[in-house]
Amino acid sequence: MQQASIITDEMKEQLGVEGTPTILEVEKGHIRMMAEALDDPNPLWQDEEYAKKTRYGGIIAPPALLCNARAGTGRGVQMKSPFLRALAGGDELEYYLPVRPGDVITSVSKITEYNEREGRRGKMLFTIIETTYKNQRGEVVATSRSASISY
Amino acid sequence: MKKQLYYEDVEVGSEVIPLAKIATTEMLVKWAGATGDFNPLHYEDAFAASQGVGSPIVHGALKRAWLGHLMTDWIGEQGVLNRLSCQYRGMDYPRKMKDMATPEEGETWWCKGTVTKKYVEDDQHIVECDIWVENGKGEKTTPGTATVILPSREAKS
Amino acid sequence: MAITDELKALIGTTTEPVIMEVERGAIRRYADAIDDPNPLFRDVEHAQSSRYGEMICPPGFFGWPVKSGGVMELLASLAPALARAGCPRILDGGVDFEFYLPIRAGDILTSSGKIADIRAREGRTGTMIFTTLETTFINQNGDLVAKSRATIISL
Repeated sequence: MQQASIITDEMKEQLGVEGTPTILEVEKGHIRMMAEALDDPNPLWQDEEYAKKTRYGGIIAPPALLCNARAGTGRGVQMKSPFLRALAGGDELEYYLPVRPGDVITSVSKITEYNEREGRRGKMLFTIIETTYKNQRGEVVATSRSASISY
Repeated sequence: MKKQLYYEDVEVGSEVIPLAKIATTEMLVKWAGATGDFNPLHYEDAFAASQGVGSPIVHGALKRAWLGHLMTDWIGEQGVLNRLSCQYRGMDYPRKMKDMATPEEGETWWCKGTVTKKYVEDDQHIVECDIWVENGKGEKTTPGTATVILPSREAKS
Repeated sequence: MAITDELKALIGTTTEPVIMEVERGAIRRYADAIDDPNPLFRDVEHAQSSRYGEMICPPGFFGWPVKSGGVMELLASLAPALARAGCPRILDGGVDFEFYLPIRAGDILTSSGKIADIRAREGRTGTMIFTTLETTFINQNGDLVAKSRATIISL
Protein backbone atom coordinates (compact mmCIF):
# COMPACT_ATOMS: atom_id res chain seq x y z
CA MET A 1 0.00 0.00 0.00
CA GLN A 2 1.75 3.17 -1.20
CA GLN A 3 1.99 6.09 1.20
CA ALA A 4 0.71 9.43 -0.06
CA SER A 5 3.42 11.56 -1.68
CA ILE A 6 4.83 14.32 0.48
CA ILE A 7 5.24 16.48 -2.62
CA THR A 8 2.16 18.69 -2.65
CA ASP A 9 0.61 20.47 -5.63
CA GLU A 10 1.67 23.74 -4.05
CA MET A 11 5.28 22.53 -4.05
CA LYS A 12 4.99 21.32 -7.66
CA GLU A 13 3.83 24.78 -8.70
CA GLN A 14 7.20 26.14 -7.57
CA LEU A 15 9.17 23.99 -10.00
CA GLY A 16 11.02 26.17 -12.49
CA VAL A 17 9.69 29.39 -11.01
CA GLU A 18 12.48 31.95 -10.89
CA GLY A 19 12.90 33.58 -7.50
CA THR A 20 13.52 37.25 -6.82
CA PRO A 21 17.10 38.21 -7.74
CA THR A 22 19.79 38.86 -5.16
CA ILE A 23 22.45 41.48 -5.79
CA LEU A 24 25.96 41.08 -4.45
CA GLU A 25 28.46 43.91 -4.84
CA VAL A 26 31.85 42.23 -4.85
CA GLU A 27 34.21 43.92 -2.41
CA LYS A 28 37.84 43.38 -1.50
CA GLY A 29 37.09 43.23 2.24
CA HIS A 30 34.55 40.47 1.78
CA ILE A 31 36.95 38.49 -0.40
CA ARG A 32 39.60 38.87 2.29
CA MET A 33 37.20 37.66 5.01
CA MET A 34 36.40 34.60 2.95
CA ALA A 35 40.10 33.87 2.36
CA GLU A 36 40.74 34.22 6.11
CA ALA A 37 37.83 31.94 6.96
CA LEU A 38 39.32 29.34 4.62
CA ASP A 39 42.88 29.92 5.75
CA ASP A 40 43.77 30.32 2.08
CA PRO A 41 46.79 32.62 1.71
CA ASN A 42 46.69 32.67 -2.12
CA PRO A 43 47.84 36.20 -3.00
CA LEU A 44 45.35 36.34 -5.89
CA TRP A 45 42.63 36.97 -3.33
CA GLN A 46 44.39 39.55 -1.19
CA ASP A 47 47.52 41.13 -2.66
CA GLU A 48 46.69 43.77 -5.28
CA GLU A 49 50.36 44.39 -6.17
CA TYR A 50 50.88 40.71 -6.81
CA ALA A 51 47.58 40.11 -8.61
CA LYS A 52 48.21 43.04 -10.99
CA LYS A 53 51.14 41.17 -12.50
CA THR A 54 49.10 38.02 -13.21
CA ARG A 55 46.87 37.23 -16.17
CA TYR A 56 43.93 38.49 -14.13
CA GLY A 57 45.32 42.00 -13.80
CA GLY A 58 44.07 42.39 -10.24
CA ILE A 59 42.48 40.71 -7.25
CA ILE A 60 39.81 38.13 -8.08
CA ALA A 61 37.35 36.29 -5.89
CA PRO A 62 38.06 32.70 -4.83
CA PRO A 63 35.56 30.09 -6.08
CA ALA A 64 34.06 30.04 -2.59
CA LEU A 65 32.54 33.51 -2.97
CA LEU A 66 29.57 32.17 -4.92
CA CYS A 67 27.02 29.57 -3.86
CA ASN A 68 26.09 30.73 -0.39
CA ALA A 69 23.47 32.91 1.26
CA ARG A 70 25.21 36.24 0.64
CA ALA A 71 25.64 35.32 -3.02
CA GLY A 72 21.91 34.70 -3.22
CA THR A 73 21.92 30.93 -3.55
CA GLY A 74 18.48 29.57 -2.83
CA ARG A 75 17.11 32.97 -1.94
CA GLY A 76 13.91 34.43 -3.28
CA VAL A 77 12.31 31.02 -3.85
CA GLN A 78 9.48 29.41 -1.89
CA MET A 79 11.05 26.40 -0.22
CA LYS A 80 8.38 24.21 1.31
CA SER A 81 8.72 20.91 3.09
CA PRO A 82 6.56 18.83 5.44
CA PHE A 83 9.66 18.33 7.56
CA LEU A 84 11.20 20.73 10.03
CA ARG A 85 14.83 19.67 9.79
CA ALA A 86 17.18 20.27 6.91
CA LEU A 87 20.76 19.54 5.92
CA ALA A 88 22.83 20.54 2.91
CA GLY A 89 23.12 17.56 0.58
CA GLY A 90 25.72 18.70 -1.91
CA ASP A 91 26.63 21.33 -4.47
CA GLU A 92 27.73 21.32 -8.07
CA LEU A 93 29.25 24.49 -9.49
CA GLU A 94 30.42 25.57 -12.91
CA TYR A 95 32.68 28.58 -13.19
CA TYR A 96 32.85 30.50 -16.45
CA LEU A 97 34.44 33.89 -15.77
CA PRO A 98 36.56 35.47 -13.06
CA VAL A 99 34.78 37.66 -10.53
CA ARG A 100 36.49 40.91 -9.47
CA PRO A 101 36.02 43.56 -6.76
CA GLY A 102 33.64 46.12 -8.17
CA ASP A 103 31.61 43.51 -10.06
CA VAL A 104 27.91 43.41 -9.29
CA ILE A 105 26.64 39.84 -9.32
CA THR A 106 22.92 39.23 -9.77
CA SER A 107 21.83 35.72 -8.87
CA VAL A 108 18.52 34.09 -9.63
CA SER A 109 17.49 30.72 -8.17
CA LYS A 110 14.78 28.23 -8.96
CA ILE A 111 13.67 24.88 -7.58
CA THR A 112 14.08 22.32 -10.33
CA GLU A 113 13.42 18.95 -8.74
CA TYR A 114 11.95 17.15 -5.77
CA ASN A 115 12.80 13.59 -4.79
CA GLU A 116 11.38 11.66 -1.87
CA ARG A 117 13.39 8.82 -0.44
CA GLU A 118 13.35 6.44 2.46
CA GLY A 119 16.35 6.87 4.66
CA ARG A 120 17.54 5.52 8.00
CA ARG A 121 15.65 8.32 9.70
CA GLY A 122 12.46 7.71 7.71
CA LYS A 123 11.11 9.65 4.77
CA MET A 124 13.35 12.38 3.35
CA LEU A 125 12.77 15.10 0.78
CA PHE A 126 15.55 16.17 -1.59
CA THR A 127 15.01 19.60 -3.12
CA ILE A 128 17.30 20.68 -5.95
CA ILE A 129 17.89 24.40 -6.48
CA GLU A 130 19.65 25.81 -9.52
CA THR A 131 21.14 29.28 -9.46
CA THR A 132 22.59 31.43 -12.24
CA TYR A 133 25.08 34.20 -11.34
CA LYS A 134 25.52 37.05 -13.82
CA ASN A 135 27.81 40.07 -13.65
CA GLN A 136 26.95 43.69 -14.47
CA ARG A 137 27.57 43.03 -18.17
CA GLY A 138 24.95 40.29 -18.20
CA GLU A 139 27.62 37.59 -18.59
CA VAL A 140 27.03 34.33 -16.76
CA VAL A 141 29.98 34.00 -14.41
CA ALA A 142 28.83 30.76 -12.77
CA THR A 143 25.96 28.36 -12.20
CA SER A 144 25.25 26.14 -9.22
CA ARG A 145 23.06 23.16 -8.48
CA SER A 146 22.47 22.49 -4.79
CA ALA A 147 20.66 19.71 -2.97
CA SER A 148 18.86 20.36 0.30
CA ILE A 149 17.73 17.35 2.34
CA SER A 150 14.81 17.81 4.69
CA TYR A 151 13.74 15.10 7.11
CA MET B 1 56.91 30.87 -6.15
CA LYS B 2 55.25 27.54 -6.69
CA LYS B 3 55.93 25.75 -9.96
CA GLN B 4 53.09 25.99 -12.46
CA LEU B 5 51.38 22.67 -13.23
CA TYR B 6 51.06 21.75 -16.91
CA TYR B 7 48.77 19.31 -18.73
CA GLU B 8 51.83 17.22 -19.58
CA ASP B 9 52.74 16.85 -15.90
CA VAL B 10 49.69 14.77 -15.01
CA GLU B 11 48.43 11.33 -15.98
CA VAL B 12 45.31 9.39 -15.09
CA GLY B 13 46.00 8.29 -11.54
CA SER B 14 48.19 11.30 -10.68
CA GLU B 15 47.57 12.67 -7.22
CA VAL B 16 46.44 16.17 -6.48
CA ILE B 17 48.77 17.70 -3.88
CA PRO B 18 46.97 17.01 -0.57
CA LEU B 19 45.85 19.94 1.57
CA ALA B 20 45.45 19.71 5.35
CA LYS B 21 42.59 21.51 7.07
CA ILE B 22 41.66 21.87 10.72
CA ALA B 23 38.04 22.81 11.32
CA THR B 24 37.63 24.73 14.53
CA THR B 25 34.67 26.48 16.10
CA GLU B 26 36.51 29.70 15.32
CA MET B 27 36.75 28.83 11.61
CA LEU B 28 33.02 28.08 11.57
CA VAL B 29 32.31 31.48 13.10
CA LYS B 30 34.43 33.19 10.42
CA TRP B 31 32.69 31.17 7.71
CA ALA B 32 29.25 32.08 8.99
CA GLY B 33 30.22 35.76 8.91
CA ALA B 34 31.72 35.56 5.45
CA THR B 35 28.78 33.73 3.91
CA GLY B 36 25.84 35.01 5.91
CA ASP B 37 24.86 31.44 6.88
CA PHE B 38 23.80 31.83 10.49
CA ASN B 39 22.13 28.46 10.79
CA PRO B 40 22.44 27.50 14.49
CA LEU B 41 23.14 23.96 13.34
CA HIS B 42 26.75 25.13 13.21
CA TYR B 43 27.09 26.82 16.61
CA GLU B 44 24.27 25.91 19.04
CA ASP B 45 24.63 22.66 20.99
CA ALA B 46 20.96 22.17 21.81
CA PHE B 47 19.74 22.99 18.32
CA ALA B 48 22.26 20.71 16.65
CA ALA B 49 21.21 17.89 18.98
CA SER B 50 17.55 18.48 18.13
CA GLN B 51 18.41 18.12 14.44
CA GLY B 52 19.78 14.65 15.06
CA VAL B 53 23.41 15.45 14.31
CA GLY B 54 24.62 15.33 17.91
CA SER B 55 26.51 18.60 18.18
CA PRO B 56 27.34 21.53 15.87
CA ILE B 57 28.72 20.36 12.50
CA VAL B 58 31.03 21.83 9.91
CA HIS B 59 29.09 23.61 7.13
CA GLY B 60 28.93 21.51 3.99
CA ALA B 61 29.74 24.61 1.97
CA LEU B 62 32.91 25.15 3.99
CA LYS B 63 34.13 21.69 3.03
CA ARG B 64 33.26 22.48 -0.55
CA ALA B 65 35.32 25.65 -0.28
CA TRP B 66 38.23 23.60 1.12
CA LEU B 67 38.04 21.48 -2.03
CA GLY B 68 38.06 24.69 -4.06
CA HIS B 69 41.24 25.70 -2.21
CA LEU B 70 42.72 22.25 -2.93
CA MET B 71 42.16 22.77 -6.65
CA THR B 72 43.19 26.43 -7.01
CA ASP B 73 46.46 25.68 -5.23
CA TRP B 74 47.17 22.65 -7.42
CA ILE B 75 46.34 24.23 -10.79
CA GLY B 76 48.34 27.42 -10.18
CA GLU B 77 47.64 30.78 -11.70
CA GLN B 78 47.64 29.57 -15.29
CA GLY B 79 45.09 26.87 -14.54
CA VAL B 80 41.33 27.48 -14.55
CA LEU B 81 38.78 25.74 -12.34
CA ASN B 82 35.80 24.98 -14.52
CA ARG B 83 33.62 22.70 -12.42
CA LEU B 84 33.40 21.67 -8.79
CA SER B 85 30.90 19.24 -7.37
CA CYS B 86 30.59 17.42 -4.04
CA GLN B 87 28.21 15.73 -1.65
CA TYR B 88 28.05 16.16 2.09
CA ARG B 89 27.77 12.55 3.11
CA GLY B 90 29.40 12.41 6.51
CA MET B 91 29.16 14.86 9.40
CA ASP B 92 32.34 16.57 10.48
CA TYR B 93 32.75 18.10 13.91
CA PRO B 94 35.04 21.07 14.59
CA ARG B 95 37.74 21.14 17.24
CA LYS B 96 36.99 23.57 20.03
CA MET B 97 39.31 26.48 20.82
CA LYS B 98 41.57 26.49 23.87
CA ASP B 99 42.23 30.21 23.41
CA MET B 100 42.06 32.71 20.60
CA ALA B 101 44.96 31.21 18.73
CA THR B 102 45.10 27.55 19.76
CA PRO B 103 42.66 24.78 18.87
CA GLU B 104 42.35 21.76 21.15
CA GLU B 105 44.00 18.52 20.12
CA GLY B 106 41.90 16.59 17.66
CA GLU B 107 41.62 15.38 14.12
CA THR B 108 43.13 16.89 11.01
CA TRP B 109 41.17 16.67 7.79
CA TRP B 110 42.82 16.07 4.44
CA CYS B 111 41.61 17.27 1.06
CA LYS B 112 42.83 14.94 -1.65
CA GLY B 113 42.24 14.05 -5.28
CA THR B 114 43.27 11.87 -8.18
CA VAL B 115 43.14 12.48 -11.91
CA THR B 116 40.49 10.37 -13.64
CA LYS B 117 40.58 11.74 -17.19
CA LYS B 118 42.60 14.03 -19.40
CA TYR B 119 41.73 15.16 -22.92
CA VAL B 120 41.94 18.03 -25.36
CA GLU B 121 38.70 19.58 -26.57
CA ASP B 122 38.34 22.80 -28.59
CA ASP B 123 42.03 23.54 -28.00
CA GLN B 124 41.55 23.32 -24.22
CA HIS B 125 43.58 20.88 -22.14
CA ILE B 126 41.06 19.41 -19.75
CA VAL B 127 41.71 17.32 -16.65
CA GLU B 128 39.00 15.69 -14.55
CA CYS B 129 39.56 14.58 -10.97
CA ASP B 130 37.88 12.73 -8.17
CA ILE B 131 38.32 14.81 -5.06
CA TRP B 132 37.32 14.36 -1.45
CA VAL B 133 37.69 15.46 2.14
CA GLU B 134 38.67 12.72 4.53
CA ASN B 135 38.39 13.01 8.29
CA GLY B 136 40.91 12.03 10.93
CA LYS B 137 39.89 8.39 10.60
CA GLY B 138 40.46 8.41 6.85
CA GLU B 139 36.72 8.29 6.09
CA LYS B 140 35.65 10.20 3.00
CA THR B 141 32.98 12.49 4.40
CA THR B 142 32.77 14.74 1.35
CA PRO B 143 33.31 13.04 -2.02
CA GLY B 144 33.26 15.08 -5.21
CA THR B 145 34.66 15.80 -8.63
CA ALA B 146 36.39 18.71 -10.31
CA THR B 147 37.17 19.71 -13.88
CA VAL B 148 40.10 22.00 -14.62
CA ILE B 149 41.78 23.48 -17.67
CA LEU B 150 45.55 23.39 -17.50
CA PRO B 151 48.12 25.23 -19.59
CA SER B 152 50.10 23.11 -22.02
CA ARG B 153 53.80 23.37 -22.71
CA GLU B 154 53.07 22.59 -26.35
CA ALA B 155 50.61 25.42 -26.86
CA LYS B 156 51.83 28.75 -28.19
CA SER B 157 51.66 31.29 -25.34
CA MET C 1 51.00 49.41 43.38
CA ALA C 2 53.86 48.77 41.01
CA ILE C 3 53.62 46.95 37.71
CA THR C 4 56.31 44.57 36.48
CA ASP C 5 59.34 45.97 34.66
CA GLU C 6 58.26 44.03 31.58
CA LEU C 7 54.93 45.86 31.53
CA LYS C 8 56.55 49.22 32.30
CA ALA C 9 58.77 48.76 29.26
CA LEU C 10 55.69 48.32 27.04
CA ILE C 11 54.27 51.77 27.83
CA GLY C 12 54.66 53.97 24.79
CA THR C 13 54.81 51.04 22.30
CA THR C 14 53.24 52.02 19.01
CA THR C 15 51.89 49.92 16.16
CA GLU C 16 52.85 49.99 12.52
CA PRO C 17 50.19 52.09 10.77
CA VAL C 18 47.35 49.94 9.49
CA ILE C 19 45.41 50.83 6.33
CA MET C 20 41.65 50.38 6.66
CA GLU C 21 39.41 50.37 3.58
CA VAL C 22 35.81 51.40 4.15
CA GLU C 23 33.44 49.50 1.87
CA ARG C 24 29.65 49.67 1.60
CA GLY C 25 29.13 45.94 2.12
CA ALA C 26 31.12 46.02 5.34
CA ILE C 27 29.05 48.96 6.61
CA ARG C 28 25.85 47.09 5.77
CA ARG C 29 26.99 43.91 7.51
CA TYR C 30 28.01 45.85 10.61
CA ALA C 31 24.61 47.60 10.69
CA ASP C 32 22.99 44.19 10.31
CA ALA C 33 25.02 42.71 13.13
CA ILE C 34 23.97 45.48 15.52
CA ASP C 35 20.40 45.55 14.16
CA ASP C 36 20.52 49.21 13.22
CA PRO C 37 18.06 50.01 10.42
CA ASN C 38 19.38 53.56 9.84
CA PRO C 39 19.32 53.94 6.02
CA LEU C 40 22.55 55.97 6.16
CA PHE C 41 24.23 52.65 6.93
CA ARG C 42 22.23 50.55 4.45
CA ASP C 43 20.76 52.43 1.50
CA VAL C 44 23.14 53.97 -1.03
CA GLU C 45 20.50 56.13 -2.71
CA HIS C 46 19.28 57.52 0.56
CA ALA C 47 22.82 58.18 1.77
CA GLN C 48 23.84 59.85 -1.49
CA SER C 49 20.99 62.34 -1.26
CA SER C 50 21.79 63.08 2.39
CA ARG C 51 24.18 65.73 3.72
CA TYR C 52 26.91 63.09 3.70
CA GLY C 53 26.75 62.32 0.00
CA GLU C 54 27.60 58.65 0.57
CA MET C 55 27.00 55.83 3.05
CA ILE C 56 28.76 56.48 6.35
CA CYS C 57 30.08 54.27 9.13
CA PRO C 58 28.10 53.64 12.28
CA PRO C 59 30.02 55.10 15.21
CA GLY C 60 32.85 52.80 16.21
CA PHE C 61 33.15 51.10 12.82
CA PHE C 62 36.24 51.99 10.84
CA GLY C 63 36.21 49.57 7.95
CA TRP C 64 38.51 46.60 7.52
CA PRO C 65 42.27 46.46 7.72
CA VAL C 66 43.95 45.57 4.43
CA LYS C 67 46.50 43.51 6.35
CA SER C 68 46.15 42.33 9.93
CA GLY C 69 48.25 44.09 12.50
CA GLY C 70 47.82 47.20 14.55
CA VAL C 71 46.00 46.88 17.83
CA MET C 72 45.53 43.12 17.55
CA GLU C 73 49.29 42.69 17.24
CA LEU C 74 49.80 44.97 20.21
CA LEU C 75 47.44 42.86 22.28
CA ALA C 76 49.28 39.72 21.21
CA SER C 77 52.51 41.03 22.75
CA LEU C 78 50.71 42.47 25.76
CA ALA C 79 48.77 39.34 26.73
CA PRO C 80 51.74 37.15 27.71
CA ALA C 81 53.28 40.03 29.69
CA LEU C 82 50.00 40.47 31.57
CA ALA C 83 49.88 36.74 32.24
CA ARG C 84 53.43 36.78 33.60
CA ALA C 85 52.40 39.66 35.87
CA GLY C 86 49.75 37.40 37.37
CA CYS C 87 46.75 38.83 35.51
CA PRO C 88 46.04 36.46 32.61
CA ARG C 89 42.32 37.21 32.17
CA ILE C 90 41.75 40.04 29.73
CA LEU C 91 38.50 41.98 29.69
CA ASP C 92 37.29 44.88 27.62
CA GLY C 93 36.96 47.76 30.07
CA GLY C 94 35.28 50.12 27.63
CA VAL C 95 36.10 52.62 24.90
CA ASP C 96 35.98 56.40 24.61
CA PHE C 97 35.56 57.64 21.04
CA GLU C 98 35.96 61.13 19.65
CA PHE C 99 34.49 61.62 16.19
CA TYR C 100 35.67 64.63 14.23
CA LEU C 101 34.59 63.96 10.65
CA PRO C 102 32.20 61.49 8.98
CA ILE C 103 33.77 58.30 7.65
CA ARG C 104 32.36 57.45 4.25
CA ALA C 105 32.31 54.33 2.11
CA GLY C 106 35.31 54.66 -0.18
CA ASP C 107 37.50 56.30 2.46
CA ILE C 108 40.88 54.87 3.24
CA LEU C 109 41.92 55.32 6.85
CA THR C 110 45.33 54.93 8.42
CA SER C 111 45.09 53.84 12.02
CA SER C 112 47.97 54.09 14.47
CA GLY C 113 47.81 52.70 17.99
CA LYS C 114 49.85 53.24 21.11
CA ILE C 115 49.94 51.78 24.60
CA ALA C 116 49.46 55.05 26.45
CA ASP C 117 49.51 53.75 30.00
CA ILE C 118 49.63 50.64 32.16
CA ARG C 119 48.89 50.81 35.83
CA ALA C 120 47.93 48.47 38.65
CA ARG C 121 45.14 48.88 41.16
CA GLU C 122 44.00 46.93 44.15
CA GLY C 123 40.46 45.62 43.80
CA ARG C 124 38.25 43.49 46.04
CA THR C 125 39.44 40.33 44.35
CA GLY C 126 43.11 41.27 44.15
CA THR C 127 45.40 43.19 41.84
CA MET C 128 43.99 44.46 38.56
CA ILE C 129 46.01 45.94 35.72
CA PHE C 130 44.52 48.73 33.59
CA THR C 131 45.99 49.24 30.12
CA THR C 132 45.05 52.25 28.01
CA LEU C 133 45.28 51.97 24.22
CA GLU C 134 45.01 55.12 22.13
CA THR C 135 44.29 54.90 18.41
CA THR C 136 44.04 57.69 15.85
CA PHE C 137 42.32 57.40 12.47
CA ILE C 138 43.40 59.64 9.60
CA ASN C 139 41.67 59.58 6.20
CA GLN C 140 43.12 59.76 2.69
CA ASN C 141 43.07 63.58 2.80
CA GLY C 142 45.26 63.65 5.90
CA ASP C 143 42.33 64.68 8.10
CA LEU C 144 41.98 63.27 11.61
CA VAL C 145 38.55 61.64 11.58
CA ALA C 146 38.47 59.92 14.97
CA LYS C 147 40.35 58.92 18.09
CA SER C 148 39.70 56.08 20.45
CA ARG C 149 40.87 55.47 23.97
CA ALA C 150 40.29 51.89 25.06
CA THR C 151 40.71 50.45 28.53
CA ILE C 152 41.73 46.86 28.97
CA ILE C 153 41.28 45.34 32.41
CA SER C 154 43.34 42.31 33.36
CA LEU C 155 42.85 40.16 36.45
